[in-house]
Amino acid sequence: MNARHKQGRILPGFNITFGITVLYLSLMVILPLSMIVLHLASGDTQAALTSLISPRVLHALRLSFSLSLVAAFTNVIFGLLLAWILVRYRFPGRRLIDGVVDLPFALPTAVAGIALTTLYAPNGWLGSLLSLWGIKAAFTPLGIYVALIFVGLPFVVRSVQPVLEDFDSEVEEASLSLGAGRVRTFFAVILPVLWPSLLAGFSMAFARGLGEYGSVVFISGNMPMKTEIVPLLIMNRLEQFDYMGATSLGLLMLVVSFALMFVANVLQARLGERAAGVR
Amino acid sequence: MTLRNRLLLLLVAVLTGQAEALAERIKLLNASYDPTRELYQEINSTFVAEWKKGHSSHIDVLQSHGGSGKQARSVLEGLEADVVTLALAYDIDQIAKRGGLIALNWQSRLPNNSSPYFSTIVFLVRKGNPKGIKDWEDLVKPGISVITPNPKTSGGARWNYIAAWGYAERKLGLSESQAEGFMKKLFANVPVLDTGARGSTTTFVQREIGDVLLAWESEALLAKEELQAGAYEIVTPSMSIMAEPPVAVVDKVVDKKGTRLAAESYLRYLYGETAQESAARHHFRPRSESLTVKYAEKFPLIEMLEIDRDFGGWDKVQAKHFADGGVFDRIYAPSS
Repeated sequence: MNARHKQGRILPGFNITFGITVLYLSLMVILPLSMIVLHLASGDTQAALTSLISPRVLHALRLSFSLSLVAAFTNVIFGLLLAWILVRYRFPGRRLIDGVVDLPFALPTAVAGIALTTLYAPNGWLGSLLSLWGIKAAFTPLGIYVALIFVGLPFVVRSVQPVLEDFDSEVEEASLSLGAGRVRTFFAVILPVLWPSLLAGFSMAFARGLGEYGSVVFISGNMPMKTEIVPLLIMNRLEQFDYMGATSLGLLMLVVSFALMFVANVLQARLGERAAGVR
Repeated sequence: MTLRNRLLLLLVAVLTGQAEALAERIKLLNASYDPTRELYQEINSTFVAEWKKGHSSHIDVLQSHGGSGKQARSVLEGLEADVVTLALAYDIDQIAKRGGLIALNWQSRLPNNSSPYFSTIVFLVRKGNPKGIKDWEDLVKPGISVITPNPKTSGGARWNYIAAWGYAERKLGLSESQAEGFMKKLFANVPVLDTGARGSTTTFVQREIGDVLLAWESEALLAKEELQAGAYEIVTPSMSIMAEPPVAVVDKVVDKKGTRLAAESYLRYLYGETAQESAARHHFRPRSESLTVKYAEKFPLIEMLEIDRDFGGWDKVQAKHFADGGVFDRIYAPSS
């Protein structure tokens, strides 16, 4: 007992829970992912890796990364706004809106893709309006951007919301009464506390965007060198029974996504410490 | 039937010596591609009824549908399909070559390249054919918008592509590099490359994009029949390709399950008059001569190229056109 107390563990059973966690994580995540590496190592690795350096792959990579990035940024701004309204105000229909936020999680992505395409196609409600200004949404990168905003939205709202709920509005009031002004209060008092959760939401939305396939293929038009995303290229290669080529692309996405999530997690931890300091 | 009922039945059977009460139940799984769903629903029900007449056993045919290449990969990865009925021989070849699940000579085991019905590639245009599209060379004209799926993701769309290529080479007498230029112009007129045939139909019909949809005749007839009357017309080009969706018994699976006999009779049944008529009703061209005559108006005579005879088979076509760095990729390569 004493020894445990010294190590600061309140609940017993660290060994068992840790063992189960490692086993679970291995079975559900690490083992399937390591199959990618194993599969790649079993064949002509070099040819598979050189297949990554083609103009089409590079274009798709650029497109996937830039659009996911911009969509995640957009979600940070509007997701924060949405979370703010949901937490700080009481208005009729609040619970309904709160529920709607989760819809992109629950809806099959193909349904989302078809619905968005119907809306943004040149003959759709929004598409026909946009075409008055000569803007094409469906079957252009803009359409992909819209789809990625849709699938990424809940991540930001749901990670910021609980932090906002815990945030004591007295701190805000104190800042205001000390003469800090609204803008300064927002940037100097509120935002530092929110950074870690915003970053978490951002990185999850970003990663989701990188891997998104179902909704994007409907709205993108899948034009090589124009609107072709990386997951579509993976499917292209699978359709040619080019397992090695598909796997090498998969591995590339895996490595990049992991690196991004890792950096985001480290940053988030640092920011979290700083935010705690601010409080 | 609950376990208890089953045991009771077993007891009854043993006591009375009636083997019929325990009639053998055979289950076949047919892994097919997307647009054959309704066709096989009809064929399966008549096949089950037919089987009942001649056998003491009971048979069920289950269906699985998906993109042709996807279905082939599922079978390769362990989906226990007794028979495969896919959109192109290339996909069944892969099951045979990569997985060794089907004998390599599968395509010669049944008549007509193992394709009990076939189709061809035609044009679906809007009412009155406002752009006056008559043949393949009209598709490369500036200002014409052509809808066709991505041949890389859609097995069925590879027929569209090859039909256009064949026309350029055979009918227009173009050299290979000129034909590549022809394809480049054609695909420059394609604003959207959907991943599958039904996606392209949606783009053309629901989104009202494009002047012409390249489609299997079966899909074009279906679209024409099921959508508002007179909104679309079918244009038959002067030359097209014989699109053969082949069928095969998956040897490794039927030998393991002991269903070879049933699976083989199922595929042979597809060549019988009843199934042939179902195929014709569902807009596939029948092989039966009497039905060809009967449906002559629905399926007009058209000069058709053949993949093996005119293009040296799928392996060659695949390597030349659709492999990474092939003609299709070159069409989309940024021009230097």
